[in-house]
Amino acid sequence: MSPLLQVRGLVTQFHTRDGIASAVDGVSFDVGAGEIVGLVGESGSGKSVTGYSILGLIDPPGRIAAGSIKLDGRELVGLSHRRYRAVRGRRIAMVFQDPMSTLNAVLRVSEQMQLAMQAHGKPSPDQMRQRSVEALAKVGMPDPEHRLDAYPHQLSGGMRQRVAIAIAFLNHPELVICDEPTTALDVSIQAQILVEMRALVRDARVSLIWISHDLATVSVLASRLLVMYAGRLIEQGPTAEVLRRPRHPYTQGLIDSLPSRAAPGRDLIQIPGATPSLTDLPTGCAFKARCGYATSACDTPPPETFDNGRVWRCFNPLNVNTVATGSQ
Amino acid sequence: MNAFVRLTDITRRFASVPPLTERLAKRLTGAKASATVIHAVEGVTLQIAKGETLGLVGESGCGKSTLGRVAAGILEASMGAAELAGEAVMSAGRKRTTRIQMVFQDPFASLNPRMRVGDIIAEGPLAHGLISKADAKSDVTRWLAAVGLDASAARRFPHQFSGGQRQRVAVARALAMRPDALVCDEPVASLDVSIQAQIINLFLKLRRELDLTMLFISHDLAVVRHVSDRVAIMYLGRIVEIGPTEAIFAAPRHPYTRALLDSAPRLAADGAPDQDIRPIRGELPSPADPPPGCAFHQRCTFAQHRCIEERPLLRSMDGTQEAACHFPLGIQHER
Repeated sequence: MSPLLQVRGLVTQFHTRDGIASAVDGVSFDVGAGEIVGLVGESGSGKSVTGYSILGLIDPPGRIAAGSIKLDGRELVGLSHRRYRAVRGRRIAMVFQDPMSTLNAVLRVSEQMQLAMQAHGKPSPDQMRQRSVEALAKVGMPDPEHRLDAYPHQLSGGMRQRVAIAIAFLNHPELVICDEPTTALDVSIQAQILVEMRALVRDARVSLIWISHDLATVSVLASRLLVMYAGRLIEQGPTAEVLRRPRHPYTQGLIDSLPSRAAPGRDLIQIPGATPSLTDLPTGCAFKARCGYATSACDTPPPETFDNGRVWRCFNPLNVNTVATGSQ
Repeated sequence: MNAFVRLTDITRRFASVPPLTERLAKRLTGAKASATVIHAVEGVTLQIAKGETLGLVGESGCGKSTLGRVAAGILEASMGAAELAGEAVMSAGRKRTTRIQMVFQDPFASLNPRMRVGDIIAEGPLAHGLISKADAKSDVTRWLAAVGLDASAARRFPHQFSGGQRQRVAVARALAMRPDALVCDEPVASLDVSIQAQIINLFLKLRRELDLTMLFISHDLAVVRHVSDRVAIMYLGRIVEIGPTEAIFAAPRHPYTRALLDSAPRLAADGAPDQDIRPIRGELPSPADPPPGCAFHQRCTFAQHRCIEERPLLRSMDGTQEAACHFPLGIQHER
């Protein structure tokens, strides 16, 4: 079975004053139909740019320099603006972090939802109203009929994000990309949205890419994890396996640095140093300067190693107890 | 308890003035223009012992930052008293002590972009005569070293640093005032996970070395659990539960505390993913119009008639743990 989304060797670059920054550098992954994939990384790791690349939202000075993005076997890279617009919002939709800046402040909720529906069809006003109410009800909006008349500023942060999610699901997309959708929300509202999201994905049989810096939040939803560092996908695999037995030292470092992993009051295990600048990356593995396992081999870029659904880019992988799986 | 930081019956209200058009419309129709009153903090009493860290947890709008600002003496309470070592932190609208300092959430907003880091750190102690001008340079170097930055950082500007380094500068600036107590308002919330651990470790180290008393404000339960000796949970301007950290996390008595713990995704010790979060229904009510009785009753699965009629007061559950609930939870099992 071919996956719904197939990304191969994606390179997205930005021209900056300091040179060319490869925000996404040779990223390859698949998303199956109905699958929830968590894309994890710190700021500057390229996780959001990966999402924007899939949606065709990279504008100059950025460009997709290489690679392929296929949706259901059809190439998206190089699609004309007009053709991409038929895909965006229809077959692939996105939910952004800050609903206050993604919703139009001067339009009522109903008008914004109508625009989304009219962009991909000619539904009647009655149909639009009915679909809007249904979509809002599905994301747990209390009293959806009434909320249609509200402006974004009249809604709380959680309610605004629900509107954004409802709009994303309006046209029954096959893939929804969520970029830190609960980061700006309180824990109690985040929990509500996570649970609603899980039900929504199950009912709509949609695939989801959930982008987040928060491993714990991602682990609630995602069945598979992708970990990015400095533009590269350094590890992927089933969520529970990656969290229990990470292969890449960076993944291990991320997990170890969580406060819940240390006894209260004791020092946390920290990753030394900071993320390198994308315009000034070291040769070889970008993590080697911060890595406790680095060897001279790490001066050349580690290739991807595939093993039983797990993928990693490291010459010195952790938790590999069997004989080396042929990475070198 | 021997209180070092003592907040007594702190209330802070903000009058929110309606927009001009609304005021004009009301004046034209002859109606009385009325300001909405936001009840940010209502009657909070708490103490922090010397050298102790109290974690203050709550969701946005619960009043935790306002309470922190009152404790730090940068915001005056509408009613009540904030004291440090028996002295008023603020009186007649002015801060009266330098012994309590504050570290803010966003190190991009809290450092003056036009000042060099050395000047940022030295400004306070020079203004208060804590150091002489001749000593300023060595003093700056000392505090930079204390927060893990190189002496050369003094000549640079904030924009030349990453978020984590800027937060170190903000901590150095607070420490340069030789405080006995720190109020930290979400000091790691805007940092990346790997940098968060570095800054948390920095706080743990400084607390050990300088015997600092801390009010540590955060929405992140895991962070608070890690750094705090005791924890206070705030909801809509009031403390609903307070007690030793492990007691609160192991056996919360207030249904809101329980619900918060159930809402936060966690990784198990063996790295098993969290598949079992249980959200609270509804949202925080408006602090401009707090509900009668227990402010949590509309969202509480255990609410009864009494919770609507009568506001529960904070009372002792078992010596050290206090909760404001008519029907506190019994022995609970940690999730």
